[in-house]
Amino acid sequence: MTVIASIFILAGLFFFAIGVLGILRFPDFYSRLHAAGKSDSLASVLVITGVALYNLQEFTVANLLVSIKIMLITVFIYVASPTATYALTKTAMILGFEPWEKGKKRQ
Amino acid sequence: MAEHFILIAAIVLILLIMASLIRVVGGPTVIDRILGGNVVGTKTTVLLLLIGILYESLAMFVDIAIAYALLNFIATLGATKFFLRRRTTDKALAEAFLYQEDAESSNGGPS
Repeated sequence: MTVIASIFILAGLFFFAIGVLGILRFPDFYSRLHAAGKSDSLASVLVITGVALYNLQEFTVANLLVSIKIMLITVFIYVASPTATYALTKTAMILGFEPWEKGKKRQ
Repeated sequence: MAEHFILIAAIVLILLIMASLIRVVGGPTVIDRILGGNVVGTKTTVLLLLIGILYESLAMFVDIAIAYALLNFIATLGATKFFLRRRTTDKALAEAFLYQEDAESSNGGPS
């Protein structure tokens, strides 16, 4: 069980690192949002699932209840993260940010 | 052994939070800063669970993590709404004053 949890946590850390790289390196706001919105939700769900599996090493009722509560966090993040991304994109569209095109200066 | 692995994962997560703070501090637009805050909040939710494993009291830290996730979501939506509303208010005020100047200069009604 510990090995499976470690694999989940490592995969989550990898996707977190990819997301941070995208946030730092992409040229304009919309592409940064593209990097942050998707990789972050996937990576946090992976790490939280790993934590829930790690908690189930000694299988008792209390540990099972805590793991179910941890999985509820993943459900909430899967609903909340795309909603926040959508709200940010809509605000950027209304505020009138131009998308980046090839040859333009990086923002 | 597994404890050391969790500790190293938490340290890597803290370094990633530091890296995404660069976008919060030096983002060119205000939306970039809100995006950076959202990313830092998501990483902090995960970090709280790892700290819960390290302190061996996961049942308490799960509740803190749920509260932090809710607060992060509400904060992002609230900040977004705030800048949207301020923009529309600014535009409405500017249109009102422009209309007034037009009316004073030409002494006519709206064309």
